[in-house]
Amino acid sequence: MSTEISRTSLNLEPAALDEIKHLISNRAIEGETVLLNMGPQHPATHGVLRLLLELDGEVVVNCIPDIGFLHTGIEKNMEAKTYVQAEVMTDRLDYLNNIGNNLVYCLAIEKLTDLDVPPRAQAIRVILTELQRISSHLVWLGTHCLDLGAMSLFLYTFREREFILDIFEMVSGQRMMTTYLRPGGLWRDIPVEFEGTVREFTGLLPRRIQQYDDLLEKNRLFLERTKGIGVLSTEDALSWGVTGPMARASGVDHDLRKSIPYSGYELYEFIVPTHTDGDTYARYLVRMEELRQSLRIVEQALDKLPLGPVRSNNRKYVPPPRSELSTSMEAVIHHFKLWTEGFSPPKGSVYVGVESPRGELGCFIESDGGPKPYRVHMRTPSFTNLQILPLLAKGHLVADLIALIGTVDIVLGDIDR
Amino acid sequence: MGVEQKLGNLGVVTTKLEDLINWGRYRSMYPLLMGIACCAIEMMAAQAPHYDMSRFGMELMRASPRQSDLMIVAGRVTRKMAPVLRQLYEQMPDPKWVLSMGDCASCSGVFNNYALMQGVDEVVPVDVYVAGCPPRPEALIHGVVTLHEMVRGEKLTDWA
Repeated sequence: MSTEISRTSLNLEPAALDEIKHLISNRAIEGETVLLNMGPQHPATHGVLRLLLELDGEVVVNCIPDIGFLHTGIEKNMEAKTYVQAEVMTDRLDYLNNIGNNLVYCLAIEKLTDLDVPPRAQAIRVILTELQRISSHLVWLGTHCLDLGAMSLFLYTFREREFILDIFEMVSGQRMMTTYLRPGGLWRDIPVEFEGTVREFTGLLPRRIQQYDDLLEKNRLFLERTKGIGVLSTEDALSWGVTGPMARASGVDHDLRKSIPYSGYELYEFIVPTHTDGDTYARYLVRMEELRQSLRIVEQALDKLPLGPVRSNNRKYVPPPRSELSTSMEAVIHHFKLWTEGFSPPKGSVYVGVESPRGELGCFIESDGGPKPYRVHMRTPSFTNLQILPLLAKGHLVADLIALIGTVDIVLGDIDR
Repeated sequence: MGVEQKLGNLGVVTTKLEDLINWGRYRSMYPLLMGIACCAIEMMAAQAPHYDMSRFGMELMRASPRQSDLMIVAGRVTRKMAPVLRQLYEQMPDPKWVLSMGDCASCSGVFNNYALMQGVDEVVPVDVYVAGCPPRPEALIHGVVTLHEMVRGEKLTDWA
């Protein structure tokens, strides 16, 4: 009898109820709590995330994420392309961290083929990935505050983001999907006006960050919506595999740029900001400090920017420069081979991880010795960070859930791939 | 429209009903707030100060399909998302238009595989396609202006 009542009060088909029965509590089946669907088209879910909420009044009892609305089959598509062609796919994974995705893919190939990268290329890679981190954090700040009702921040952060996108366009010709980093170095050298433009930006941003701080740090509405909301303990952060600013705000001092330096990060001086509170406000503070630290790295890398080539001399994997094509027959052959068949790395498998704006971004490549990868897998930080959301949301109001989705800083392209 | 030029000494404007309705429709189009993938970031950039789509009467994006008359499909549409997209389209009141933003929405772009709809026009009727991966905000604005021109020339009898 009671199940009959519940089915009518839930307003679900019996088949649909069976599908979600194991996810919701008995109270929902008895009709005591309300099931509410949120997304996939919702302004606060930052993409096409769907959440099934079980509510007791306005309090979230249970939150079940439903992902896969953006499953693109990127990893499968990469198997059908040569190693160089497959790089354009990585751009579209985490679309706020395009250069970081290129970087991890290139590092994996370089590890697989034992390619050397000239120091100038490494320094430019660091500058661009740090600029990308800044732009990603700016989007996070803008949208997070937009969700919390502070709309002006969105307008300011996107103004600064355009500056970074202009720099990317200057070096690569594209605003977002640059594919500027290539296995063995870069596509081409940076233009002369690059340094001046980046210096102009690094001179301008600290003042702007101060402006954001002034707008938010003493804003009582912002503080009340973020302080003590979604506290993540150190143990939970470690046991759920949370990485990036999420973990650092919970007191886990872990940053791949420090612990396993890549691309010459060991040459630069910077601190890894951590916090012990583990709430939404702590994550805000950590990310704001990361903006400043990224600026420090960019400035140091610009100061130390070495001269020299920007791509490796290994002709087996890296195409020769255009100027050689008219004088050297060997260069023509290499060029032809690389652009028709592609290169074939030795058999084996590699894993490389880098610190993306959201956490540890890893790339696993299995090679069977052919010109196409046998398997590519991306370990994406948003996917692992999202699973903490039900834990954070439990016991909070629906309105706080909006703040929590923003603070986890998910990118759906990164989750679903 | 240059109302003040047409406004004579009498303070009266004469126009056709069709022109008046089309003027109202294309001058205040409410796009549906629906970002799917990468293109959504460029759509946000088009809304942001640098490009400022409100110059074309489009600053107000509605999260509810019941209040919007333009659907900008910004991103790749997967087979799981397609029914949702269709439902959103059907929930929008007439007259409604669809703008397919980017290569993925138009023809699935670089992805030719099992997961994606090979073009969103398999699910909803598309009025304007914007090329690019992702299109620059200028390209999106050009697409929007093209749509405005189209709406401006529409016949009322076509809707009736």
